[in-house]
Amino acid sequence: MKCSRAETTVPQRSKQKRGWPFVALLEVQNLTVSFLRYAGGFRRQTVRVIEGIDLSIDQGEILAVIGASGAGKSLLAHALIGILPDNAKVSGTIRYLGETLDAAKLAAIRGKEIAFVPQSVACLDPLMRVGTQVRWAVRGKDPIEEQRHAFRRYRLAENVERMYPYQLSGGMARRVLLSTATVSGARLIVADEPTPGVHPDDLNEVLCRMRELADEGCAVLLITHDLESALSIADRVAVFYAGTVVETAPSADFSGDGERLRHPYSRALWRALPQNDFAPIAGTQPEPGELPAGCPFAPRCPLATSACENERPELRAVRGGTVRCIHAS
Amino acid sequence: MLLEGRELGFYYDRGIWIFRGVNLAVHSGEIVGLTGPSGCGKTTLARVLAGYDRPVEGNVTIDGRAIPESGHHPVQMLFQHPERAVNPRWRLRRTLTEGWKPDGELLESLGVRKKWLDRWPNELSAGELQRICIARALGPETRFLIADEMTAMLDAVAQAQIWHAVLDAAWKRKLGLLVISHDRHLLRRLCDRVQPWDGF
Repeated sequence: MKCSRAETTVPQRSKQKRGWPFVALLEVQNLTVSFLRYAGGFRRQTVRVIEGIDLSIDQGEILAVIGASGAGKSLLAHALIGILPDNAKVSGTIRYLGETLDAAKLAAIRGKEIAFVPQSVACLDPLMRVGTQVRWAVRGKDPIEEQRHAFRRYRLAENVERMYPYQLSGGMARRVLLSTATVSGARLIVADEPTPGVHPDDLNEVLCRMRELADEGCAVLLITHDLESALSIADRVAVFYAGTVVETAPSADFSGDGERLRHPYSRALWRALPQNDFAPIAGTQPEPGELPAGCPFAPRCPLATSACENERPELRAVRGGTVRCIHAS
Repeated sequence: MLLEGRELGFYYDRGIWIFRGVNLAVHSGEIVGLTGPSGCGKTTLARVLAGYDRPVEGNVTIDGRAIPESGHHPVQMLFQHPERAVNPRWRLRRTLTEGWKPDGELLESLGVRKKWLDRWPNELSAGELQRICIARALGPETRFLIADEMTAMLDAVAQAQIWHAVLDAAWKRKLGLLVISHDRHLLRRLCDRVQPWDGF
């Protein structure tokens, strides 16, 4: 199969056709993550890195999380599966199939119900053959058969299962990590940047497989900065900026001039793509700990008024999506 | 000025050719794209052109003359992983000024913040480090710039912002640019011409 990233053809949003019931598999309400750190001497400082996130993912759905580098996308994933470092404080609620998850419950279902594809290929165990690592994740089925099947799906040669991580290229290591998540039989897959370094031909396969998993009833949270790939498979897109979700929108709203998008940052992101206007906006994203009192995007926003600088905009439902902007209509 | 690689061939110690017979020319003020499958040797070719590696066959010249072995190399390279292109034990001020002293205007256009300079590399994101690496590479003696997947790790807004700053600087100084990328939309947007890989 020879195709480049842009020609990626995957079954488009076939969820409706398959008629999966819209049961919210995962619901996140007002999730806030802050880090306690030493600011010189014994002075301690709390820095909020994620603030007030509301999200939900249904069964059979792919939710893409895109946004500025350093906006806290990976931290969201780490919070969802409970692997934040000890100096992190998490507040808010995470519900899985309607049941509130605390640390103990999360630890019990992690790896069984929720699988994680980490961003770093260094997460593979350097001292174990990769085939063995993938087999460990299999539950209730024949591990060897499942692992080989997954490797065939991702076009990893048969001898790869006997290799150690250092012998793999970046793209191969990515596909091994994906195999681990997909053989686990989990109902929620949290994938953190699973595609960089994957060759365009294999990228297509990876994206197709994710769509298939969703069509089989999984929910996929796909964290990426590759907007184009994400749009080709995702049902909805959540746009992150400075530690918060500024908009959630159906994928189809990312089209044309972006006039259907609700938040000025989403429009800026869409119009900055090289295939669109390649138009930059001035300034940089505020750092955690230096967030303005009002809307975090106000200092760079063409629509900003004095009202934006005073108060943080509430999350509102607008045209089938949600947005944190007082100007959206 | 003309940067030219003629009949370039390269292998590492095991003697398996990574590429052979590659010809490539970049004029001052020209933006050339280079694209090809992963692992075909694009980065190695860039390293040869920028003088990090010596070609096994062929030669790299500027206006027909060999590039001097000492002094500021006129061909500067920007890498995909900026965290591996800076000394982890230097504060960024020292890294930024190791070749020259970038002026405030350039730093502003690239979005480099003053307070980053007193930090260590592990305290900044890849996008922030890349901005510092670009400022470092744009010294007065730089004539050609090779950008190897320079913005692959960045969101679209940061990518557009950085490229506009680089194009602006390149145009002012009549630099020649070689852009290596998998993103055909990006290449089409930036380049005067795109050269497909012909190493093998």
